[in-house]
Amino acid sequence: MSADIEENVLELQGVVMTFGGLMVLNNLNFKVRRGTIKAIIGPNGAGKTTLFNVITGSFSPTEGTVMFKGRPIQDLKAHKIAYQGISRTFQTVELFGNMTVLENVMLGCHTRVRTSFMASGLVLPQSRRKEKRIRESALKILKFIGLADKFKDSADSLPLGEQKLLEIGRALASEPELICLDEPAAGLNETETHLASSLIKAINAKGTTVLLVEHDMKVVMNISDEILVLNYGQKIAEGPPEDVRNNPGVIDAYLGGVA
Amino acid sequence: MLRIAKLPIAVFALFIIIFPWIAHQIPTIEHYPDIMVFAGIYCLITIGLSLLMGYAGQISLGQAAFFGIGAYISGILTANYGMNAWACMVIGMAVAAAVAALVGTPSLKLKGHYLAMATLAFGIIIFIIFNEEIEWTGGPDGMSGIPGLSLLGFEFDSVESYYYLVWGFVLVAFIFTVNVIQSGTGRALRAIHASEPAASAMGVDVSKFKIIIFVYSAVLGSLAGSLYAHYLNFINPSTFDLFFSIKLLIMIALGGMHNIWGAIIGACLITFLSYEWLHYFEEFEVIVYGAILLFVTVLLPDGLAGVPGIVKGWFRR
Repeated sequence: MSADIEENVLELQGVVMTFGGLMVLNNLNFKVRRGTIKAIIGPNGAGKTTLFNVITGSFSPTEGTVMFKGRPIQDLKAHKIAYQGISRTFQTVELFGNMTVLENVMLGCHTRVRTSFMASGLVLPQSRRKEKRIRESALKILKFIGLADKFKDSADSLPLGEQKLLEIGRALASEPELICLDEPAAGLNETETHLASSLIKAINAKGTTVLLVEHDMKVVMNISDEILVLNYGQKIAEGPPEDVRNNPGVIDAYLGGVA
Repeated sequence: MLRIAKLPIAVFALFIIIFPWIAHQIPTIEHYPDIMVFAGIYCLITIGLSLLMGYAGQISLGQAAFFGIGAYISGILTANYGMNAWACMVIGMAVAAAVAALVGTPSLKLKGHYLAMATLAFGIIIFIIFNEEIEWTGGPDGMSGIPGLSLLGFEFDSVESYYYLVWGFVLVAFIFTVNVIQSGTGRALRAIHASEPAASAMGVDVSKFKIIIFVYSAVLGSLAGSLYAHYLNFINPSTFDLFFSIKLLIMIALGGMHNIWGAIIGACLITFLSYEWLHYFEEFEVIVYGAILLFVTVLLPDGLAGVPGIVKGWFRR
């Protein structure tokens, strides 16, 4: 069992999510192995984003358990889950547009330092030291994602491609063990997509487990170790890219049985 | 980086220190330090409100209630029970904090209009209590005989001494708040304002932060109330009605909600308008406030504190 926990950083068991009478996730079971990149694909409305929202605590599942490092997290609120070591990006960019690029990443460090209202108001030396430390580590992350020279710009002013990168940077700042990326390549041109893919690979190479939802099949096939295919909230296939690519059920779901 | 420049704060502090002397030289504004005492008291409330509304993005229409809680607790405990005024001030702040935490915990889960409604209702309830608990509060006639403040034998009985006392509090509250804004806490607040889902995904406990700021704004409001009661030696409920809560909103809207300086500028301007410059309008004063609010929201969404930015923009072109 403990070897299993070591192996699988995330495990979903019998997860069901219903909204009113609509079943969006139907008895979902899967594992994410530590240190891998796992992609979730499926047609629109398959439940991919809902699945992300369940894992990261925006919703509690109607039934089932979500185990992270061997502990159930399905009833924890989103901010508690962030403290456990899961970080995410959003399908539609959710940056803090009222802040600079650097501040966005510094906010990502929130889980790593204790923020006390009194200590910040009185500018205790400890809180000043903390600020300095997270500023430095945020700058390091900006260098890693290639936005170091834009640290002073308002997050709003960046083009979409860079906003997507910045969101990944912000998610990285919490030093997560599992990072969930919701369509990191959506709306990007070819160069930007290439940049995003290599960034995801680089993140993974540093030991962070990656779970991503993506429509761009080239990206998915290129970078994933494993792919999970969802349709109508159910798992229809799971395995390495080459297996999934040739799975008749998957071809059927995507092309509506024409092929 | 959000940095609030130190120089303007120093200049402003210097101005506050020499202002009574300046006013003393010019007969037509000789009584201005008295008005500045009230302006300072209102600044304490608007500083908290600005942090709550401008930075954390939460609307409160009930700030007058916290102002009243401080005033009545100080008034009742000192006038009727002869307690130490400074101790009563602290008790007032503690009660306001407890009430804010109690009211804030369910209502800060509400969003937008609903939060405004909840705080509005809370303000009205407190106002009714001030009016109806005649045995304690003196009802609509108010209560008098509230003693002045003194410290170690020094009586704050002149306008000047009270002026420095109040503005001393304002300066401390202002600097404390500026520090909060520039810290991780301020960053978390602005994150909440921009996107609650993203803030909580990054580990920010959204409701905890909202409650802390609501409590802080209530504590400052209560402190202002105590200072008000000891200055006037008399209070009555009409000071703490809904219109006053709205006036506070007009103050920070005029000054500029997204800038802590807006709290100071707005509170001072509106105080001078209502105590001094709008006297001939008599009952029509309210219309002037309405016009100000309309003018500001349409033409100066960042308030007067946003004007330097606009002017800079002209020159950059």
